[in-house]
Amino acid sequence: MKRLLLLLLIVLGCPARASADEPLAVWHAYRGDEKTALEQVLAEFEKRQGVKVEALQVPHDAYAAKLTAAVPRGHGPHLFIDSHERIGDLVERGVVAPIPSELAAPGQFSESALGALASPAGLRGLPLALKCLALYVNEALVPEVPATLEGLGQLKLPSGVVPLAYEIRNMYFHAAVLHAFGGAQLAPDQSFGFRGQSGVRSLELVQRLMRDRVVPEEASGAVVGELFKTGKAATVISGPWFASDVGQSVKYRVVPLPKIEAAGGPMRPFLTVEAAALTPKGSGNAMAQALLAFLAGEPGAEIRARVGRQVVALNRPAAGGDAFLAAFAAQATVAVPMPSSPRMRTTWEPAERALKKTLSGAVTPDAALTEAARRFDDVVRPPPARRSPNGALLVLGALSLAGAFWLFTRFRQGELGPALRRSLPAYRWVAHAVIGVGALVILPITVGAGTSLFAGPQGHMHYVGLANFWEILTARGAPLLSSGSFYLVLLITLLWTVANLSLHLGIGFALGLLLSRPSLALKPVYRVLLIIPWAVPSYVTALAWKGMFSRQFGAVSALVEACGVEPFSWWARFSTAFAANLSTNVWLGFPFMMVVTLGALTSVPKEVLEAAEVDGATRWQRLWRVTIPMVVPTMLPAVLLGAIWTFNQFNVVFLVSGGEPDGTTDILVSEAYRWAFTRQAQYGYAAAYAVLIFLLLFVSSRLMSLVNREKAAA
Amino acid sequence: MNERRVGWVESALSHLAIVVGVAFSLYPVLWVVSTALSAGSAPERRVLPIPRSLTLDHVQHFLSDPHVVSQAVSSLVVSVATALVGIAIALPAAYALSRFTFVGKEAGVRLLLATQMFPMVASAVPLYIVLETLGLLDTRTGLVVCYATTSVPFAIFQLRGAFDTIPKDLEEAAMVDGATRFGAFVRVVLPAARPAIAVTGLFAFMSAYNEFILAATILGKEEALTLPVVLQRFVGEHDAAWGAFAAGSILVSLPVMLLFYVVQKNLVAGLTAGGVKG
Repeated sequence: MKRLLLLLLIVLGCPARASADEPLAVWHAYRGDEKTALEQVLAEFEKRQGVKVEALQVPHDAYAAKLTAAVPRGHGPHLFIDSHERIGDLVERGVVAPIPSELAAPGQFSESALGALASPAGLRGLPLALKCLALYVNEALVPEVPATLEGLGQLKLPSGVVPLAYEIRNMYFHAAVLHAFGGAQLAPDQSFGFRGQSGVRSLELVQRLMRDRVVPEEASGAVVGELFKTGKAATVISGPWFASDVGQSVKYRVVPLPKIEAAGGPMRPFLTVEAAALTPKGSGNAMAQALLAFLAGEPGAEIRARVGRQVVALNRPAAGGDAFLAAFAAQATVAVPMPSSPRMRTTWEPAERALKKTLSGAVTPDAALTEAARRFDDVVRPPPARRSPNGALLVLGALSLAGAFWLFTRFRQGELGPALRRSLPAYRWVAHAVIGVGALVILPITVGAGTSLFAGPQGHMHYVGLANFWEILTARGAPLLSSGSFYLVLLITLLWTVANLSLHLGIGFALGLLLSRPSLALKPVYRVLLIIPWAVPSYVTALAWKGMFSRQFGAVSALVEACGVEPFSWWARFSTAFAANLSTNVWLGFPFMMVVTLGALTSVPKEVLEAAEVDGATRWQRLWRVTIPMVVPTMLPAVLLGAIWTFNQFNVVFLVSGGEPDGTTDILVSEAYRWAFTRQAQYGYAAAYAVLIFLLLFVSSRLMSLVNREKAAA
Repeated sequence: MNERRVGWVESALSHLAIVVGVAFSLYPVLWVVSTALSAGSAPERRVLPIPRSLTLDHVQHFLSDPHVVSQAVSSLVVSVATALVGIAIALPAAYALSRFTFVGKEAGVRLLLATQMFPMVASAVPLYIVLETLGLLDTRTGLVVCYATTSVPFAIFQLRGAFDTIPKDLEEAAMVDGATRFGAFVRVVLPAARPAIAVTGLFAFMSAYNEFILAATILGKEEALTLPVVLQRFVGEHDAAWGAFAAGSILVSLPVMLLFYVVQKNLVAGLTAGGVKG
């Protein structure tokens, strides 16, 4: 067995060693045609230069995490591709090296694209492609495109066809409306810009679009695609990526977004510039620079436009008569370049919350925007002041001295020495677990917990003592039970944990018990069918659940309707959104408890049950007096861990309700993730949340075991 | 006669309850299957997940990647190795916790439980640095070591509970007969704990088989990627290839169901033979 393991480890270790002649590495998150185009460009470069280039496609959801973990430590690629506003963010984390100015020949690239990548230290990358929204028109349904959004609403269409489909609850799309009214998501002075007259009027407009059924209300990206492909949507607002989804299913053309009559100007979507950037490792490498120039410049651009259907960022007329690319290029000239400051990233969450809240009809646009601005200001408040770490070091030193003294006295009293000697054989059994868990689980956690004493941007953090904890526990000056405060979210988390755990246990135990009946036919089949929720990757099933709860197109809504109830929006109220999260997580989690039950039932000897039966115990008595008392000790650890995991289960909350309505279904751990990833990357603050979660769980588990011990003693 | 009828009603009722459970567990998955096999249909409110027009394009799209076979192998190797290494580390430690008293035992158990309470949000970068120091970046070994150690705390709890239910007399008898402690552990205790080991191994396998963030962060070679990473790549920033993602997810979950089918024989064996002999 041991030899087998060793062999396995050796085999595993071998294949991924880097050779001395290191190939150029390129990381990207492209899919489909764009990926094919990139691979062709790289192959062409390999052929011309005689070097080896290795491309790695990273999932978009893990891209930033991978870059920030690998590059600052000298690992990772020579070159990577990302959008300009994220590259701006990565500069501060040491992921991006400035581009030598001679790589961008004057006049070669489009001015607006270069502007988006400019920084005081030089260019952050070379622009590859422009991405923005435009209007896809079904030519059969709309022979002549109206010039205004209002005109779209008055199209004569067959019944069952919506005039316009887009993700109306998504801020990226709403920004195009906001810009038409002269607003901005981030004001030039770096304050929250989605406010005032322009903000209110943009929200009133989309409210009307939804009420008049010009736009379907809960359309996800997938639903928008299906509507357009099946001729159920006359027009769609989307980006160049939409074309590969539509394929040849309908005849369409692309035109710039319409004017909004009420605003007196055109809709202006955000412009993002996709760029290739050099990492510090690639910046000194002449071949990497050559590849960058090749990729962004003419030979690369031709392939990317032809194969990848990219609107390339070169300063030249758009790809010889290609109407599709020309339409996007025209739209790009009136688009608004997305600001690349870290503050921009912070605007998304409050802005989108305000949008969703208004669309659900819960509040007036004015109130929603005031709340959003307050949230934004709360997140961008200055970090706590720098403190001297001397106090903490003193406390730490005193504590270790006291500990050492305590150990020493126990040793002197002659208790510890013999006890340790008696323990030696046992230590041999646990040593490798201690080393493994210590190095790879406990050490990272301890370092992570230490982050909670720091604040500021990553890479430039400063020590602030317990200030992060103080801010969380005082709700940053707001009333203690105000929306999003630690205490309110804690209450929700407790409700979430208790509800989930009782349903997991109830369903899992009942099914486990039924499945262990010796006389049951089809048992193996049932068992396998019942663990399916656990076996299928949860990302896709959680999103399937979210789709099932859609008011207009969801299966649950169809069931509700079949029962004679008018379908309602599941995300508009806390109770229904919570129920949606709960059913998803119960579905995901009950197989685990079922398997644990099945495992635990194996420890109940058949003979004992038979003896009880002989003694005349009814089945019910056997269950309560024999089976349950015998499985509780085996199941207790799994139940306790199940409770802890549910307390920290953020995937479902993130993917299903996303915190809707208005962040009320968020739990503590999803708050922590929001602080770490969407709110200015405040890792110290997120770590403080994590430490508080840890302390809560630790103290309550200790209390529970003390109570149990007391009960056992009584 | 009466008794037989009661038995019949009871068995019908249990089947009914289980069928309801099966319907609950299958319904959302059938929507995923429908997405995987559907060529596209107008979104509408409907109850039954039946695709309007069938296609195998999505399945083909997922399988057409030239690396998919080596990635499937990679996934299986990593998950099996995780289960083996995790169990190998956890078994002796769980046995020690069940049978010996030693200094630091209580504190150790508390610490093990405590590791499960800390959200991963803050410990990812330190973990990366540890792996870098050990020279395990960009290797599947590194991934296995991470997964295995992460699965150890739960495995120890599970196995310790199982060992607690095995009477000490068994191994003491063996040791009286001249076996060493380790010999008694291997020959007497492990066979008696087989169902628990199988279930714990399954848990470790599952946790490794479905994880993608850590795998995407650590692995850097196309052919070494695990399947969850490959699946996740169907989701882009603005859009996703849902059909291919759904098809891939269903295919990826087949080995797990097969594995469970195999493991459950152990559960049955435990049930009929009884956890305790003698």
